[in-house]
Amino acid sequence: MSGLAKLLDPAHWFRSTFSHGIHPAENKHFTANKPIRRLPFPPELVLPLSQHAGAPSQLIVHPGQEVVRGEPIAKAGGFVSVPLHAPATGMIKGVELMPTARGPKTPCVILKVYPGDSQEVRFYQERDVDKMTPQEIMQAVQDSGLVGLGGAAFPTHVKLSPPKDHKVHTVLINGCECEPFLTTDHRVMIEMAEYLIRGTQIFMKALGAKKAIIGTEDNKLDAVEALQAKLPADGSITVKAVKTKYPQGAEKMLAKALTGLEIPSGNFPSSVGLAVFNVSSTAEIGELLPLSRGVIERVVTITGPGIEHPGNYMVPIGTPLRFILNQLGFSGQARHLIMGGPMMGGTVSSLDVPVTKGCGGILVLTEEDTKDQISRATYPCISCAKCVEACPMHLNPSQLGKLAYKHRYDEMSGDYHLMDCFECGCCSFVCPSNIPLVQYFRIAKSSLREKAMREKAKAS
Amino acid sequence: MSSEFTTYIISALAFMGGLGIVLAAVLALANKKLHVQEDPRIDEVEGMLPGTNCGACGSPGCRAFAEACVGGNANPSKCTVSSRDMVAFIAGYLGVEVGEQEKIVARLACAGGNHVARMRANYAGMGSCRAAVAAGGGGKACAWGCLGLGDCEESCGFDAIHMDRHGLPVVDEDKCVACNDCVVACPLDLFSLHPVSHQLWVACKSLAQGDDALADCDVACTGCARCAADAPEGLICMKNNLAVVDYSKNHLASRIATERCPTGAIVWYDKGQAIKGGAARKIIRKEPLPIRPDSR
Repeated sequence: MSGLAKLLDPAHWFRSTFSHGIHPAENKHFTANKPIRRLPFPPELVLPLSQHAGAPSQLIVHPGQEVVRGEPIAKAGGFVSVPLHAPATGMIKGVELMPTARGPKTPCVILKVYPGDSQEVRFYQERDVDKMTPQEIMQAVQDSGLVGLGGAAFPTHVKLSPPKDHKVHTVLINGCECEPFLTTDHRVMIEMAEYLIRGTQIFMKALGAKKAIIGTEDNKLDAVEALQAKLPADGSITVKAVKTKYPQGAEKMLAKALTGLEIPSGNFPSSVGLAVFNVSSTAEIGELLPLSRGVIERVVTITGPGIEHPGNYMVPIGTPLRFILNQLGFSGQARHLIMGGPMMGGTVSSLDVPVTKGCGGILVLTEEDTKDQISRATYPCISCAKCVEACPMHLNPSQLGKLAYKHRYDEMSGDYHLMDCFECGCCSFVCPSNIPLVQYFRIAKSSLREKAMREKAKAS
Repeated sequence: MSSEFTTYIISALAFMGGLGIVLAAVLALANKKLHVQEDPRIDEVEGMLPGTNCGACGSPGCRAFAEACVGGNANPSKCTVSSRDMVAFIAGYLGVEVGEQEKIVARLACAGGNHVARMRANYAGMGSCRAAVAAGGGGKACAWGCLGLGDCEESCGFDAIHMDRHGLPVVDEDKCVACNDCVVACPLDLFSLHPVSHQLWVACKSLAQGDDALADCDVACTGCARCAADAPEGLICMKNNLAVVDYSKNHLASRIATERCPTGAIVWYDKGQAIKGGAARKIIRKEPLPIRPDSR
């Protein structure tokens, strides 16, 4: 729907949203109408033992061992940790230090894929989810190795066990996908609507919630239609379209737009009776739990002007970027690779980086797209307050930026709530002086984290 | 009218003046009664200290250090910024022995300048190591190596760190006061503080092994363990493909340990100069290596 048509549509006037935020170019037309297709298996899969937030998984296989597709190869290394499953039938080659998306080389399991195998999932066991207790569901979710597939990669089962005094009344399913370019969640809502509804019901049961709302932006009205056709008759699950605005997909923004509730600073959504899950994670649970299977592949939007065949692909976890790019074809101008979306995704500096559970998109930009970004000079802050108007957390990025420039990090976190910033990048996006605000905040946060660690080490 | 006006002015002046005298008397009394007895030597010693408040002595600032010195809780030689003569002067003023304090300097555990270490990508963002680390770890092929964007140079308040033409920080041992600022600034933890007597130094932090390490950098420690095999009992041991020097046995250290290193990752520091062993491959390249996205 074009901007003008949207303004004239009365339904749009009444859609809810949050205050502040920005409207970057959507660029979803590359892949929005492309059905999910499969990519072939690479000759070798690279599986980082730490592809989620929390403790790394612990290896339970040995080099030279043959594994079947779907078989667990590492167990959870604690409560905030998940196991890892073999994404293909093959042989474990060993554990090597390999580059990851964030930069440092970490231990990764190398799995040699058998080229002649049919790659059927033969490692599963059917079970009746309706007869399981909430405790059993939580354990089953951890055993499936599921983490937030939206990008944060936070283990999902931890969200299913909120603190005792928090009672969850509404489950929110996040299908906003506010990042430009990405269409993973969009396709999942259209093509896996049944699994998505099943997964929502499982989450509601695990948390004892009576209500669930699936929220999506109004640039995905075809997904709303697809979901509405599959909704259960009892009316416990509803689908709601909200206004298209970045960062609508952030947990706190979505809660505000769908329920009007505000999650207090430094608190979990469960403190106001909410639980937020990504649609891809929910659809995975709906598909995997009844078969007690693990996460072995995920939908990834591979897009951008630098790629010849953009689309939505089902990619086995651990597929190296180099293999994907060779399959889909460079247009020869590719210069800049981003894992995730253009706003919050991380730049990748090595082509050996594998697709992990948290990677929802691969964006390939050409020199043409990036050159004006690189050559733009930075000017002093003119205190225009555009960043203040854009910040969805109602912080003062202008003041924070000035303090960061002077390395006054303690003041930033103490007086200006730096830790509430979730690095959405709205401030950098709107700054007319081209000040790299969000980069400054990342530096400040990493310095503060290191300082806290040093003080902890000194105390102990 | 005029006499009335004059009365007003005089009474106001008299009132304000009286008030001033009374309050001044209160202040004068308070100054006598509430006076805090402080050793006058603290002010004197503080005046002799450099006033940089660098923290290298372990006190939060020069004033706190002066208090500790006068109180007998610290020796003036702990101040690494003052010259030896100044330390001796302060010690003489306080009537204490000049303690033996060995000079401590910052050492960098990386020798991979852009003429020996390969790049796998071109980093074009903010000119700060910490920003590069947040953006996919920067462009360097070695994930442990110095990024060369100069966070340490910026943090140094004593002008002791300068980037050389290959993008590596060089510490001026004469100017370095071991204040710890560069250690904190480096996001890759490459700097650490060592006494100058720790002359045997492993200038690499790469945990990669053998050819993997060499593919990223010509001067990487490949974990070949030749230095450990040659070294006196327990001086050098291998941990995670990296030679580690046990400085508790520093008296056994000699240049011999560097002689068989094939890459020159283990060096001998003499008067601020890192000297490689004879077996290290000579590097005559002066230009930066080209960016090669193939390297892992």
